[in-house]
Amino acid sequence: MEAQIRQILSEQARLPVDIGDLDDDADLYQAGMTSHASVSVMLALEDAFDIEFPESMLRKGTFESVSAITAALTTLVGAPAE
Amino acid sequence: MTPSAGGRLAEEAARIGAEVAGPAADDVDRKARFPIEAVEALRSARLLSVLIPTELGGAGAPVSEVAGAVVGLARHCASTGMVYAMHQMQVACLARHGRSPVLQDYQRAMVERQLLLASATTEVGVGGDIRSSVCAVERRDGRFTLQKTAPVISYGESADAVLATARRSPESPPNDQVLVLCTVPGLALEAISGWDTLGFRGTCSLGFSLTAEGDENQVLDDPFADIASRTMLPISHVLWSAVWLGIATAAVDRARLFVRTEARKNPAVTSPAALRLAELMTVFQQMEALVQGAARTYEDVYDDVETLSGMGFAIAMNGLKVSSSTLVVDIVSKALLICGITGYREDSPYSLGRLLRDAYGAAIMVNNDRIIANNAQMLLVHKGED
Repeated sequence: MEAQIRQILSEQARLPVDIGDLDDDADLYQAGMTSHASVSVMLALEDAFDIEFPESMLRKGTFESVSAITAALTTLVGAPAE
Repeated sequence: MTPSAGGRLAEEAARIGAEVAGPAADDVDRKARFPIEAVEALRSARLLSVLIPTELGGAGAPVSEVAGAVVGLARHCASTGMVYAMHQMQVACLARHGRSPVLQDYQRAMVERQLLLASATTEVGVGGDIRSSVCAVERRDGRFTLQKTAPVISYGESADAVLATARRSPESPPNDQVLVLCTVPGLALEAISGWDTLGFRGTCSLGFSLTAEGDENQVLDDPFADIASRTMLPISHVLWSAVWLGIATAAVDRARLFVRTEARKNPAVTSPAALRLAELMTVFQQMEALVQGAARTYEDVYDDVETLSGMGFAIAMNGLKVSSSTLVVDIVSKALLICGITGYREDSPYSLGRLLRDAYGAAIMVNNDRIIANNAQMLLVHKGED
């Protein structure tokens, strides 16, 4: 799951740095992800994991780090299938 | 003034609007000069600090009352209403996101000396996107320095301090921003462009090269991303809309006066202008309900961080801006048809020229196209459940 998240971030987050250089808890917004880019990330995650983020999860905090995204997806798809 | 003052704030502002701002409005517009007499009157009435919390000496006024005050000023001089509105947006950011002792002391000083705050959010090189900065705060030995080229700082030459956005540090990406309180004597503004525009001429929104230095605790505590979504964007849209409602109210005043004067000459006949006025009032009613409703909505969730950070709220506040900025042009145009040639004249009591020029500014300042594009992006994921 985490590898897939990182892949999506590298394609959609439009970060000025390499996602590989950021650890799981690094703040993606501080690393340069704009709110526009976070919407692209959200849409790509919904497509890749075949889920839909409920309104209550559409918050800045849900997408602020690799671990925050992992936690959010885990609650939506059940236990991580790795 | 106390928070329980009820409508006193709006009443005081309406009085200053009618007695001070209104009589000077044409001169302010013609000369594109700062409405100094109205701002001095607001200072004397201690209306500049109403949004500062009571524990720091302010009135802790609710947003809907401040919006009411803005309407009362803008009805007589849109530039005065706009200056007051923009000042209050900055005060709200400082009051809600400035917690360091230095920033708290500054708020006390603002109450005592009735200081005027301006804003430097846009920057040369970012194409109008306030969520992106080129300049950066540099810190050393507890002090900060900042150098910013701002295409617009409204009433910058008349302000006591400027809140400026900047990257958190020289290493930060463009969207990792902070808001910095730049105060005299550590603030220097050098004009780089003039302000000769169609409307809102009294806001004197010149471009400036800003240089600032001061205590590093003058950098506001919360990241600008949070300040923007919780405070700056919603209060801007609420108070800008209040300015436009003031313009719309002035247009309705003139149309009503015209129809009534006509009717006195021929009371038995319902003139086409009277019918148009009745139609105009239905549009005005929409706008009034929209603006007042949005002010109350924001007030209701003012401290609810979860709701304020939600997309539903951001989409609604953006919608408010787009709707009210469109309605004001519609209302002034309809009033112009009612008043006819007397409204078209610059030298009649029904003149709508200044109102129409001011009204067209509404869709331009933070262009509606940009706001619609932001909403389009958010609507891709927003489910409309909240």
